[in-house]
Amino acid sequence: MNLFGPFWLSIQLALVTTLILVVIGTPIAWWLSRTTTRWKPAIQAVVALPIVLPPTVLGFYLLILLGPDGAIGSWWVRLTGDALTFSFTGLVIASCIYSLPFAVQPMQTAFEALPDRYLERAWTLGASKLDAFFSIAVPMSLQGVVSGVVLAFAHTLGEFGVVLMVGGNIPGETRVVSIAIYDHVETLNYAAAHRMSLLLLAFAFVVLAGMFVFNRRRGAR
Amino acid sequence: MIRLKHTAAKGDFRLDVDIEVPDTGITGVFGESGSGKTTLLRCIAGLEQGGGLPAHRRNVGYVFQQPTLFPHLSVRDNIEYGAKRARTRRMDSAKVVGILDIGGLLDRDPGSLSGGEAQRVAIAAALLRSPDLVLMDEPLAALDRDRRDRLLPYFDRLHDELPVPIIYVSHDIEEVSRLCDHLVLLDAGRVAANGDLFDVLARTNVPMLSGRNAGVVIWATPVDHEDGLTKFDFADGDIWAPGEFETGRNPLRLRIAASDVSITRERPAQSTILNILRATVEKICSVDDATALVRLSIGHQDLLARVTNRSVRCLELREGERVFAQVKSVTVKH
Amino acid sequence: MRAGALFLVALFAWPAVAVEPVTIAVASNFYATATELSTQFSDDTGIVVRVSNGSTGKLYAQILNGAPFDVFLSADAERPALLEKSGHAVADSRFTYAQGVLVLWSRDATDCLAVLQDANSGRVAIANPETAPYGRAAVEYLSGAGIWNAVSERVVYGENIAQAMQFAATGNATIGLVAKSQLRAPQLPEPACTWEVPASSHSNLEQQAILLARAAANNSARRFYDFLRSDEAREIVRRHGYELTP
Repeated sequence: MNLFGPFWLSIQLALVTTLILVVIGTPIAWWLSRTTTRWKPAIQAVVALPIVLPPTVLGFYLLILLGPDGAIGSWWVRLTGDALTFSFTGLVIASCIYSLPFAVQPMQTAFEALPDRYLERAWTLGASKLDAFFSIAVPMSLQGVVSGVVLAFAHTLGEFGVVLMVGGNIPGETRVVSIAIYDHVETLNYAAAHRMSLLLLAFAFVVLAGMFVFNRRRGAR
Repeated sequence: MIRLKHTAAKGDFRLDVDIEVPDTGITGVFGESGSGKTTLLRCIAGLEQGGGLPAHRRNVGYVFQQPTLFPHLSVRDNIEYGAKRARTRRMDSAKVVGILDIGGLLDRDPGSLSGGEAQRVAIAAALLRSPDLVLMDEPLAALDRDRRDRLLPYFDRLHDELPVPIIYVSHDIEEVSRLCDHLVLLDAGRVAANGDLFDVLARTNVPMLSGRNAGVVIWATPVDHEDGLTKFDFADGDIWAPGEFETGRNPLRLRIAASDVSITRERPAQSTILNILRATVEKICSVDDATALVRLSIGHQDLLARVTNRSVRCLELREGERVFAQVKSVTVKH
Repeated sequence: MRAGALFLVALFAWPAVAVEPVTIAVASNFYATATELSTQFSDDTGIVVRVSNGSTGKLYAQILNGAPFDVFLSADAERPALLEKSGHAVADSRFTYAQGVLVLWSRDATDCLAVLQDANSGRVAIANPETAPYGRAAVEYLSGAGIWNAVSERVVYGENIAQAMQFAATGNATIGLVAKSQLRAPQLPEPACTWEVPASSHSNLEQQAILLARAAANNSARRFYDFLRSDEAREIVRRHGYELTP
């Protein structure tokens, strides 16, 4: 088992997941920040569940859901002929659910801090709601958006429990770095475990520090 | 004319307005806090729930009480924001920048501007949207007295040099008296009066304007100076006001509060009050148990006097009688 | 005064007098069997048995790092031997408690061998060969039978043999290579096919037990260890689908 294979796989997983979460998480965060529906607490709780639930719970239900008999899995098999469990795609789906609150919550907080009158001003100046969102809301909430992106990325990078349940530990496909480290420890290959762990540690540190530097620069303005 | 027909409900409060206002000049909307002024403006702009076109499709400019400039854009980008999205660019960018005197601010960061500068930028941005109507929600309320006074001349220039009608909301009768041509009075969500500013202010039967806010505005031209005072000619007579104002200019607005006007049957012989004008009693209206408002004609313009019912009885004042009006204080709106 | 002294003596003497529990570590394939064995043992002796399970390799690593186990029931002979050599176990306490049998199991496919060899027919679940002897045996069998190439792209690794069974049981893997002893589980769905892999096609799944160093002074552990070698225990083991060496 090489050093960079699982690491690169983890990065790919994190990148794809983060991209998807930006696309679906941003509208969710925006809607949550602006809605006054009485269902808001319930929906917020659902979004926040992956933070609180043990990854094994998530992994368990995903195994059923994404399996060939499950609602999503069976549809996938009919569509593509392949199984969803033990595949990179399956991991992406799992990661999106698992990291959703890490993307949504910082963005939601930033959007909530944006007073309505900035948007109202944009509308009265001729910007449609979508236009105002991209030209005003996002730039003015950039710290939150960036935090959401970075946290979702970092969180997916460290995913273990869910992957253990639905990954199948396939090299090059689902053997992400956290699983690889676990394997090394189990087989007493501590030297390799050290190498991988330190690499992941260093990478995560750089990414997070970068985010904090960025936020500080913007905040100081 | 512009038709304003709007209804809104917020908790216990109900707004119900259906009036027409001129499509030129500045129309003031005056009322106490909670009378629905801001709600009315927001309805016109499409910012309240209520159907109709969405806000960005209405060709209406809006100036908020706080400047609300976009902090991530430069001043230039802020004023161009609306212009870029306008369907037809009728407004001359250089002209607006010149009128509001913001040429030197264009490359600045909005966060570095003073309150007055920021508000001028906000007004420019609203104008450069080339709107059919500009709404201003107490734009000077967030500024201190000094800055407010310095900004007032800009509104004159807007009024004189741009064809766009402005609806100007304020709870300050002095401001409204200074700037507006037309006046709408809003009381608990309903229109209490709607008409020419000078006419509305001279009315005696408007409860909102029968107390502290009672007072008229007259036009008068400065013609002479003496003893630190300026003599103003109001066509049917003269009136003195403190200060030295440039003579030979256009007429200025003078505000005379009703509580500064008293009535005598005979010309008082030796009084410290300089302004004693011949007047005819036009209307006497009892406002409450103690007070009455009397409208006096001083030629082509009117004054309001706030007196006691008792005095009216004692003097046996009747409508149509010729009397003298003593004007204790005059404020020049410059 | 005398009652107080007696009380204090009893207080300090109690741990020595009370019956110590036994903690055993068992390879995943043996879990169900171990549960029945410990229940029997507790009924007979009143001693509490605590059972931990996991892949052989994982348990071995944990023992090396000081895990508090008294008896280790491995799925191979290698690791107990290593433990004996490194001094983690009581000398000469190794013995074979069961002989494992590898089977093919499929929930939906009616021909196990055909499914195994068909490169298009879905995932093949095996236990991680690095940590589970059954997984290693599975790889040996597949290589020896010349079908590793057809299978290698489709293999999915369970963390231990229990997870491999679970993958197959839920249909996530079309077929699994699991332990015969797992087939008895009552919650398992009825398979469409099973097939016993010939013992000659892989190295011996000789499952050895060993008494760990920590248990040398634990009387209860010794009693359990002895129980494992008894006829009563061996009968239970056989019933669960293992072969026995005489």
